[in-house]
Parts: sequence; C-alpha cells; structure tokens
Amino acid sequence: MAKFRKDGKKEVPAISTASLPDIVFMLLFFFMVSTTMREVTLMINNGMPEAKEVTKLEKKSLVSNIYIGKPKDQYVGTYGSDPRIQLNDKLAGLHEIANFVIAEQETRKEEERNMITNNLKVDQFTKMGIVTDVKQELRKANSLRISYATRKKVK
Amino acid sequence: MARKKTPEINATSTADIAFLLLIFFLVSTTMDVDSGLFRRLPPMPPPDMVIAPPVAKRNILQVLVNKDDLLAVNGDLMQISNLKEKAKEFILNPHNKEDLPSKVIKEIPFFGKAEVSRGIISLQSDRGTSYKMYIAVQDELTAAYNEIRDMKAMEKWGKKYNELTEEQMDAVRKLIPTAISEAEPKNVSGKGGRK
Repeated sequence: MAKFRKDGKKEVPAISTASLPDIVFMLLFFFMVSTTMREVTLMINNGMPEAKEVTKLEKKSLVSNIYIGKPKDQYVGTYGSDPRIQLNDKLAGLHEIANFVIAEQETRKEEERNMITNNLKVDQFTKMGIVTDVKQELRKANSLRISYATRKKVK
Repeated sequence: MARKKTPEINATSTADIAFLLLIFFLVSTTMDVDSGLFRRLPPMPPPDMVIAPPVAKRNILQVLVNKDDLLAVNGDLMQISNLKEKAKEFILNPHNKEDLPSKVIKEIPFFGKAEVSRGIISLQSDRGTSYKMYIAVQDELTAAYNEIRDMKAMEKWGKKYNELTEEQMDAVRKLIPTAISEAEPKNVSGKGGRK
C-alpha cells in the first residue's frame, strides 16, 4: 500500500514523447499546405518543347514570365480554345504586355531594370503567330532580353 | 523530503525536428531551374532610320520554316538533322569558298588578329509554324554555334567553352558572334495563324 512506503523515491514519470512525431508531422503538413510557392496558377496548358542546347537563367529575381498556350479545359468556355497570353495570374491581351513590362521593371532595382529577362514559356503546340506578336510587343517596350523556356532533352 | 528529479528531456525527437526542417526546405525550394534558349531581340528601328544596306548574298544563310513545319535553307528543302552541319559550314567557311560568307580581320583578345565571319543566319518563320519546330530549329542553330565555340576553345586552351574563364568566353564570343537574325515577321504562306 502506498501509504506505508517510506522511502520517498517518488519520481515524476518521464513525459512520453511518443506523440511528438505526430505533432511534428502536423506542423509539416500545415506548412506544406499553407506555404504558397509564389507560383502563378496556370490557366493555360504549358507543355514546353525540348531542346538540347539550353542555358540556365542565372538570376531568378530578374526573370519575368510570360506564358502562352491554349486555355485549360475548365477555362475553354470562358476564353475559347485559341492560344492566349498569361501574365501573372490572368489571361491578357497583346496590348497589356507593354504595361506588364513596365510593372515588372518597377518592382526591380533601378540599376537592374534593363537586365530583366523575359522568359517565354510557350506551349509546344502553339503557332508562331502569337509568339511573334509578343516578341514585337517586347521590342516596342524595349525589353529585349528573352529566353525561350524549354525542357532539357535527355540524350 | 523527497527530491524530485527533473526527468531528462527526451532527445530522440530532435531527429524528427531536423527532418521536419529538412523536408520543409526541400519543399519550399523550387528545384526546377528555369532553362531555355537565350536570345536578344533587336531594338525597334526608329521610324526615321535609313534602310540598311543590303547584305551580300553570300553572307546570308536563309532559313525558312513554313506553316507545315517544312524547313528550307537557301531555297532548298532540308531535314532538320542536316541543319547543324550546314550552319557550321556556313559560319566557319573552312575552305574560303566564294559562295560562303566573307571574313573580316579583327583584333580579338587572346586570339590577336583573327578572321571573323560576316555571315548572318536569317531565320524566318511563318505565323502558322508550330513553336515546337521553331525551337527545334533554334536549338540546332545554337548547337552549331556552341560546337564551333567548343572547337575554338579546344584549339586554343584545350578546354571546352563552358570551362573557360569569363574573359576567355568573351573572346570566343567575339570570334564567333551569334548572328541569328529574325526578319521582321511576315505572313509567308498567306494563311497562318490569325492576327
């Protein structure tokens, strides 16, 4: 019986850490779900073509993305099935590119403004017409560094 | 009085925490590095610009891609697999042929006085050309330039172009300048994509 024990060796039982991994995993899942990776949600299909001689874009902060492709299935009803341009999170028309370029430049430091590379992420089944138009718009906006985004071809 | 011993904090879970951090950073770092074919667009010509003097015919390699993704080089149909060799021959003109580009002597660091090709590859695509084909052509042309630069770097330093220092790369780029000109867009076949 407890009340007769006199040796007084009452140890606090060790806290069970068995549930700690669960807490850790809960945290992990929380961060996984809640972190937005600052990626735009693509509203267009974007299967890029393959190429062998690719170069990596050096500075990620100096890249602005322009997506071109057919709208995804759920947007076909709203936007039709012709290839469209996507700037940031919305589909845009050709005339909006100039403003987009200016807006992109304003988010960069002054001395880096003319170092911005326009990364053209174009779906491989797009016709060149719209790409040429975009390039002309970029020339008009005097944003001349472009990169045709491709996947690396496995040799 | 009974001494209450503070139980030791169990450290087995630090591993879990470490893994948590590891996984978190693994997830949040975007692994896919943007890669692609880099090009510099020509600036928009000012409206009062005089029309550029025509380039001699021998100095131009005309690459045409039509709306059916057929490739023509200087007017002859060609398979895309042969384009690289053709472009390399055009850029280098190893036997100084009359119908291939002339060369101009330039002072280039490391190389001294060297011959630089005057050749320009004129790439013309149709509004109806597929982007896939266009990139394939661009890829082959880039490959031609890269192989020649590799070759020059090999001759001079016994290293590949990518392994050179910044100044050496610059010199090789001056020796073999990328001269891919994309003509002002026009509708080659009449009905390509819609404007």
